[in-house]
Parts: sequence; C-alpha cells; structure tokens
Amino acid sequence: MADYVKMWEDLGMDLETHDLLCQVLPTAVGDVFMTQENRPKAMDFWDLVISEVHGIRPAELIEEQKKGRKVFGTFCVFVPDEVIVAANGIVTGLCGGSQFWVPGGEAVLPKNTCPLIKASVGARLGRTCPFFRIADVYVGETTCDGKKKAYEILGQDVPMLIMDVPQMKRPKDILKWKDEIAEFAEKVEEITGNRITVENLKEAIRIINEKRKALKRVYEARKSECLPISGRDSLLMTQISFFDDPERCAQMCNRLADELEERIRDGVSVVPAGTKRILLTGTPLAVPNWKLHNIIETSGAAVVCEEMCTGTRYFENLVDDSGETLEELFMALSERYMKNNCACFTPNPGRIEDIIRLAREYKADGVIDCSLKFCGLYDIEKKSVAEALKAEGIPVLSLETDYEDSDAGQLRTRIEAFVEMLNER
Amino acid sequence: MNVCTMNTGNDKRAYSPDGMQEGSPYAVGIDIGSTCAKTIVMDRKGTIVYRNVRPTGWSSVETAEAIRQDLLANPRLKDLGCSLPRGGEDQGPVLRCVATGYGRISVPYADKCVTEISCHAKGAVHLFGSPDLNVIDIGGQDTKLIVIDNSMVAEFVMNDKCSAGTGRFLEIMANSLSVTPAELCEMASRGKETHISSLCTVFAESEVINLIGRGTPREDIAYAVVDSIVQKVKAQSGKLSFGKGALCLTGGLCDFAYFREMLGRTFRGEVLTSPDARFAGAVGAALYALALDVRL
Ligand code: SF4
Ligand code: SF4
Repeated sequence: MADYVKMWEDLGMDLETHDLLCQVLPTAVGDVFMTQENRPKAMDFWDLVISEVHGIRPAELIEEQKKGRKVFGTFCVFVPDEVIVAANGIVTGLCGGSQFWVPGGEAVLPKNTCPLIKASVGARLGRTCPFFRIADVYVGETTCDGKKKAYEILGQDVPMLIMDVPQMKRPKDILKWKDEIAEFAEKVEEITGNRITVENLKEAIRIINEKRKALKRVYEARKSECLPISGRDSLLMTQISFFDDPERCAQMCNRLADELEERIRDGVSVVPAGTKRILLTGTPLAVPNWKLHNIIETSGAAVVCEEMCTGTRYFENLVDDSGETLEELFMALSERYMKNNCACFTPNPGRIEDIIRLAREYKADGVIDCSLKFCGLYDIEKKSVAEALKAEGIPVLSLETDYEDSDAGQLRTRIEAFVEMLNER
Repeated sequence: MNVCTMNTGNDKRAYSPDGMQEGSPYAVGIDIGSTCAKTIVMDRKGTIVYRNVRPTGWSSVETAEAIRQDLLANPRLKDLGCSLPRGGEDQGPVLRCVATGYGRISVPYADKCVTEISCHAKGAVHLFGSPDLNVIDIGGQDTKLIVIDNSMVAEFVMNDKCSAGTGRFLEIMANSLSVTPAELCEMASRGKETHISSLCTVFAESEVINLIGRGTPREDIAYAVVDSIVQKVKAQSGKLSFGKGALCLTGGLCDFAYFREMLGRTFRGEVLTSPDARFAGAVGAALYALALDVRL
C-alpha cells in the first residue's frame, strides 16, 4: 500500500481517528468480498480501488486540482454530472455509508435523522474522509427534509450550491428543473472558470451516456438465469462508479461485462442452480454499506438487481444529445433526470412500475424493500410498494435498518425466513 | 425411500447402501428462544413423545448442551440407545435434529437450522390441524405474525428491536406491579378500561409507575398493560393481510385466558390455542427433522 499519510495530513484530516477507520475497512472487505468463490477476474480493478479507497482516487483528484480543475462533491443522482464535466470539472459522490461517521453526525443533528445524512455530516465535520476534504464545492439538492437542513450545517464549513428539485412531475416541473440546470451551469462556469458550450456539453453527455451504457451491460448480464456475478460485486462496482473518472468507469464496466457475457456463454454461475433471486429496492447503499447484500447472499439467495440510486436509477435512461442549443440540451437533461422515481416525489407511481418491471426482467423470485431508519419517504412508500407487489403475485419483504451491526441477527432471521418461504413455494 | 427402522433393544445403526443412515424412530426439534428453550421429540407418526422447557439463560451454547444431556438421560431414548448427531456417542440410530429460534446456530449437534417463522408455521399447521391459519406468536423478545395459506407461509412480520408487545414487556410490567405475568393477566380481567399511550417499553414503564403513584387500582393498570400488548399486535397486523384461516395464538402467552380473550375482542373473532402452543416452533423443527429422514 502506498503511503498516503502526507496527503491526508495536507488535507487537514484527523489522522488518529482516520487510522481507526483504516483498520476496520480491510476486515469488512475481506469478510464481505474475499469469502466469495469464483468471482469474475475483472473485479480486480474494484478490489484494488476499495483496498485503497482513501488513497488512489483522492491522489488522482488532487493531481487534477493542481492542474486547475475543480472537484464537485454530490449527494444525489439528481445533480447533472454532464454540466460539471462540460466545464471540465470533476464529480465525486459524497455519501456516508459507514457507522463510523454516525456519532460525529449525531453531535450536530437529531438522533432520529437517517444514518446516510448523519454519516455524511460526520465524515465532513470529523475530517476523516479525504473525498469530503478534497471537494472544492458541495452540491446539495432539495430532495428530503433531512438533507435540506443538513446542507445548512455543512454550508457553514464548505462552499455549498443547492439545486431546487421539484417535488412533482408535471410539465411545468420539468421546465422548472431545466431552468434550475441552466442556473447551475452558470455557477459551475463561475467556479471552474470555463464556459459551457453546445460542443462541450454534447461531449459530456456522450461521456456520461457511455458510462450509463457500460453499467447497464453489467446489469443486463445479471438478468441471466446463469448468474455470472454476485450482488455484492455488482454493488461494489456501482458504488465506486460514483467516485471514478467516468471514462475509466465505462472502460472497466465494459471489461467486466465482456467477462460476464463470456461466463453466460460458458454456463459459469456464481450460485447453484435454483438459488432464489432477489430484487432489492429502497434507499441508496453508500460505500461501505454492504450489510444487506452480505446477509442476503449468505442466507441462500442472490441479489440480482437494485432498484435504487446505487443501482438501476443511476444508469437507466440516456440523455438525448441531438439538441443544437444549450437550451435544448438542458431540456434533454431535465427530461432524463426527471425520470428518476425517487420517493421525494408525489405522487410516485413510477417507482412501483419500475419495481414490477425490473422484478420481471431480472426474473426475481422475491423483492426486499429496505429503507434506512428514519427515512420517512421510503418508509411510508413501503406500504403501497408491498400492496402493488402482492397484487402482482410477487412476494415482498419490507425491512428497515441502519448502519449498526446490532440488528444483523434479526435481519438474518427475517431474510432467511423469506428465502425459506420462497423455496417452499 | 421412506424406511422406518423400528429398533429393538440391541438393534445397531441401520445404514442405507449409500452409507447414509436411514429412518430413526424419533426426531428432535429444538427452539432456543430468547427466554426459554423448548425441546420436542416426535415419533414418525408425528406424535409428541417428549417435551421440555428450560430457561435459555446467558449462553445458548450451554443451553444446547444441557438439552442434549436431558435428551440422552431420557429413559425412552436411553432404552433405544439413540444418540444425537455429532454427539460422540456411538450407539444406536442417530436422531435427526433441527434447531430453530434466535439461538439456532448454537446447537452444534443439529443437522440443520430453520428459522422460527417456517418452524412456527409448520408447527401451527400440525397442532391446529388446519392448512390455513393466521398465527400470532408472542415470544420473549419478539412478536411474529404469520399468514399461512395451504400449509405454506404466505406473509409474515416480526416486531422491531423494541420489546413493546412481547413477553418481555409483560414481564417487566408484572415486575413493576410485583406480580407474575399470569397474575397480571388474571388481574386485568377485573380491571376497568385504562390505557397507557406509549408503545415503547421504557416509557410505558414510567407511565405505569405514574399510574401506581396516582393510586390507580392495580387491576386497571394490569388492564392497561394487557391492552397495550394487544394494541401493539393489532398495529403490527396492519402490515399484512390475514388470510381466510382461523386466528391462533402460540408462544408463552397462550396459557393466559384473559389475554386471549382481549386479543379475540380486538381482532373480532375466536383465538384458538392448543396445550402445546408454546412448543409450536419446536414442533415445527421436529417435523423438519422427520422430513430429513424421508428420502424419495
Ligand atoms: S434516493 Fe432520492 S434523494 Fe437519495 S440519492 Fe436517490 S434521488 Fe437523491
Ligand atoms: S435515505 Fe431518505 S432520509 Fe436519508 S437522505 Fe435519502 S431520502 Fe433522505
């Protein structure tokens, strides 16, 4: 492992506390990933990245910053990467997925805030995540109440842009989001010092579309009855795609997809025939949150798809790049992004339609709908999700959890019981 | 192949051609719950020939070992010279054994672990003799609701981390009233309608202490406690849709007639129970264990 101590020091990180985090991560990676058999060889890339998650990519980002590029930290898949990329900026995801950061967040937020928010705030204020240190500016958005208020706290510590996401999907909301993107583009131009033109925006759209297509190819392979990759490995790929350079990400995902397609041709599966296939839906799973996948996949089932922002919502729907003016391109962006069926919208029938469609496409035997504790949006939506799935004859298990390990036993009992139920059907 | 090897006193192990042992006369089901560990031995006809309850205590591993000793010391099994899987004794047919409950992984001699949801469902179908049931199981630390359709689990819910609405809650409340849970339920039947608002054990306890301080009759407080458990179960039931079958109660609270009555009133129907209802999980586990010997 390269020595990144100097870099972390320069970033003003709390090295002592950060050391503790560095100690637990390898064990978690070992337990969750390295215990799997017959993994695709192309996972070597993500294994490397995760083994030095606070080293390799942060070092690259710092190199780019030295060349004058700006790094934008984002918390939601509503923020249009294309605009930032067009202005030669860099996007990095900033979601806290570890219990490690939660107490730091609880120091300034009510305890009954979702762990994703608490961990994100804790990671910034505790100075224990290089990505949170590196980002020149954070981009927040008005999705859920918890995030809106947390951004006010983060905004005291770091420059913050907020995008106003509509809460409904009427035509006027799509127009409004287009205007919001246009305004965001102006701010991005200011921060980067680069003009956004039709040409560079088209090119950025192409780059991000290529990344989406590559991610989709991997997911397509997961539709096969002969399952060529575990849910855990797919999740790791998706999670890291939020941090990576989009072009390299596409290249690596395509390389993985090549191998998976070959596996399907050769009949190589990571699970025995008849293993129950699970579609997971709900709140996003930020690195290093692998808890559910790990429990499901050590309870005799396999996760074949994630209907969530760290899943299909990240890559589904391409942006139309045929526009010839910035206005047209912004509208195309708005149309694509507004197809995301986050629970922050009302009403939100699209999410249920997606879950049912994906359950069929991925030949899921059952759906697990899991939300993070204190996420009212997704928790409330569980009831209508469950009812709709029942009406379609698709078994569903609704769960709630956080980042702590203390409920692992209870989750395992429910998940094993669900798998037993599927096996007896 | 379903070979039932009946053993006479000096019978040794019967082996099938593939070296696997076939049909032992009995099967064992062990349900290690958070407060009590239940053991059932069943003959091949599904008749319960042995039942035992012991407190789980601090260590499920020790409990499992104590259960093994109990089983081996049992005259009926001893006479047959049966042994348990990986028990070390090399005598007589090995009993198939399935473990369930939260301590299921702590039974080293079990052939298999099956969750308490599946076991309770199987056990309830057996005990109540019906393929369609709505089971309410109130255990020490958790409450489960299981909808069984055509002998299969159709849906289930379990309570969250909080012990409100569980046997533990009843115990804590009984303690603050200095009575046993059974006495509390009996007292409740003479109480006036009283409510405690909180669904959280810690807050509910302070509410109870408040009521005591205000001189509320103990019967009324007992009523409020039982009512709060019933309401919690009712709230949980909103998360699934009960099927056409009868409602039945399993787990530690099934012996308390008044509790059943209140439950029945709330759910507008009769609540069935069976003398062996608290063993439902272990019964189901024993049935799974029996099935292990049936090779087709
Ligand atoms: S779940 Fe909603 S708020 Fe969260 S990242 Fe996805 S779109 Fe954004
Ligand atoms: S999980 Fe829910 S509460 Fe948490 S950030 Fe996402 S939308 Fe907000």
